[in-house]
Amino acid sequence: MPKIPIGDAVNSFINFLKEDLSWVFDGISGVLDNAISALESFLDFIPPIALIFLLCFIILLVTTKGITIWSFVGLLLIYDLELWSELIRILVLVLVAVILALIISIPVGIWMTRSKTVERITFPILDFMQTMPSFVYLVPAAMLFGIGPVPGLLATLVFAIPPPVRLTYLGITQVPGDLKEAARAFGASDRQVLTKVELPLSLPSIMAGVNQCIMLGISMVVIASMIGAPGLGRVVLTAVNRLDMAMGFEGGLAIVILAMILDRFSRKMGEYEKIFERFGKIKQKLKGVVH
Amino acid sequence: MAKIVVQNLTKIYGDEPRKALELLRDGYSKEEILTRTGQTVAVGGISFEVKEGETFILMGLSGSGKSTVIRCINRLLEPTTGSICVDGKRVEEMDKRELRAFRGQKIGMVFQQFALFPHRTVLDNVAFGLETKGVPKGERYERSEEILVRVGLAGWKAKRPDELSGGMKQRVGLARALAVDPDILLMDEPFSALDPLIRNEMQEELLSLQQRIKKTIIFVTHDLGEGLKLGDRMAIMRDGRIDQTGTGKEIFSHPANDYVAKFVQKVDVTRMLTAEEIMIQPGEILNLLEGPQLAIRKMELCDTDYIFVIGRDRKLKGIVWVKDALKLAEKGEKGIQGILKQADTVHPTTSIEDIYLRMGRTGRSLAVVDGGGNFMGAVTARSILSLLAEGRKGP
Ligand SMILES: Nc1ncnc2c1ncn2[C@@H]1O[C@H](COP(=O)(O)OP(=O)(O)OP(=O)(O)O)[C@@H](O)[C@H]1O
Ligand SMILES: [Mg+2]
Repeated sequence: MPKIPIGDAVNSFINFLKEDLSWVFDGISGVLDNAISALESFLDFIPPIALIFLLCFIILLVTTKGITIWSFVGLLLIYDLELWSELIRILVLVLVAVILALIISIPVGIWMTRSKTVERITFPILDFMQTMPSFVYLVPAAMLFGIGPVPGLLATLVFAIPPPVRLTYLGITQVPGDLKEAARAFGASDRQVLTKVELPLSLPSIMAGVNQCIMLGISMVVIASMIGAPGLGRVVLTAVNRLDMAMGFEGGLAIVILAMILDRFSRKMGEYEKIFERFGKIKQKLKGVVH
Repeated sequence: MAKIVVQNLTKIYGDEPRKALELLRDGYSKEEILTRTGQTVAVGGISFEVKEGETFILMGLSGSGKSTVIRCINRLLEPTTGSICVDGKRVEEMDKRELRAFRGQKIGMVFQQFALFPHRTVLDNVAFGLETKGVPKGERYERSEEILVRVGLAGWKAKRPDELSGGMKQRVGLARALAVDPDILLMDEPFSALDPLIRNEMQEELLSLQQRIKKTIIFVTHDLGEGLKLGDRMAIMRDGRIDQTGTGKEIFSHPANDYVAKFVQKVDVTRMLTAEEIMIQPGEILNLLEGPQLAIRKMELCDTDYIFVIGRDRKLKGIVWVKDALKLAEKGEKGIQGILKQADTVHPTTSIEDIYLRMGRTGRSLAVVDGGGNFMGAVTARSILSLLAEGRKGP
């Protein structure tokens, strides 16, 4: 039996993209590159200690005192290990990746619940994205976008998009039909059914998706350091290449600290009512101080 | 003019309703159509009218298509064929915007399983219909709070639905339906999920509420007693068709066919009776101006330990107990004013179930008093017992 030339087809497809559509990829690459470096230089500009306090303040707003204290200690430790600039690089990359992933995945998840066709097309794509070994697309990504943060970012997207899509879809399909029916019976439009009933009721599921997205984002950004993604991942990679166990452990520890902070943070993000409440209290206190 | 006119409504579940419709036209039964085409005929061509201010009952066993009919009226389900007119406007021809306005302004719906929004407070649940219409927050809360007071849940507005009991949940459901001040209430077995005592209470409340608000109500139930109690007219449904439409008494006295006859026979008709129909005239009543001696004599005559007291205008003044009268007679007093106690009273239209409940609690006889305070008769243990002895008797 002759071998079907799938591999050859992919090869020539990538070559076609590279040669004839390079302006598209250069464009995307340029925009993302600029966004990333702008964010990086902004965060670099803030003195690390001030930034630690600022971050801990935000963490306190969203989570508990205990988590805030541990985060503070963890961040100080990373600073002390002289990994602060690498932390910022990985943080920016993760944040941009997660934001892009959510902008894409939540609407797709919603769309899947509205259209059988979309649902049927999306599931195999998600399976593909989640199970295709990442090394396979790291190389073409580097070929198309060059070495640097952008291909790493895009490879991360491939990995981070599926969970929030699935969990958004799952959350909305699990909203009881009689509640949607009741909403419609009281004159709600399709959009109102979505915003007033389906999204609030599927929020826990969607937030689990956000959490997954962040965690997978971190792990993938580390892998993406192989094609030039900067940050803590590269520290670890370099350490492995040099067989430098001390440096590898320090970098790895910093990644664990970052992952734990982001995990706890994103778990608590769904309780937005409490967050608003705390925010309101602080605002009032500030007003009291001013007067 | 009729408020709601349903003509020839059919609803077929499945992807080939056409085939099923043809068979339906040729007179095949629901079951035959299901085996031949795989299509479920939930509603197979029914027509009825509901008058303004009337409570219309859709009655039938499980699966007879009641919920489907009620959902076609506001097009939560698209009718397969047929027409539905509300206030002369064809519901099935409305476009999306008209339909939203129609649902939001004309119709309030109450569901069997409450269908309250768990993520919203009681107040926000009640305000939902106003919210979808874009009524500003202050106004919709004000209106919703008024309604909550009316259903007796004023103090509960900040609670979530899962903190309420079943009866309270359905009060919220009712309040949510009333908040938009609709002309029409669609109620799909609203009280079936409640336990009997609460159900009875809610029925009474709906009755007294309806006396004030005079909505047009379509009420689905499979409980004939409930239908008879609440409805002005009812339609008996079977397998997606209406067997008979009429008032309870019409259906009882002239069942259209064997099925209806069997259906209504199952019901304990004594449950339809009211205080007026079972009260007796007590052997003796005391006039306000008569003295304790006479009171004692009269009580001896009819072998009771109490006597109802009326004024010259035939209005009920109270009750006198024999032990009090005896004490008074010993002291040699003339007037009975000092020993006059408040009597337990019921309205002539109070249902027998409520009478059972009240007498069961106190064991005392009840005076039947109309809206003007006039004494009409008494319901005593003896009248209840004789009713039970007679067994199932027709109205
Ligand atoms: N979504 C659906 N798909 C297919 N068949 C349905 C659907 N909903 C209802 N049916 C069928 O339509 C018929 C009428 O159902 P409907 O729910 O209107 O009955 P009902 O009188 O309200 O019964 P119940 O007292 O159990 O609520 C039943 O035979 C039911 O199996
Ligand atoms: Mg039903």
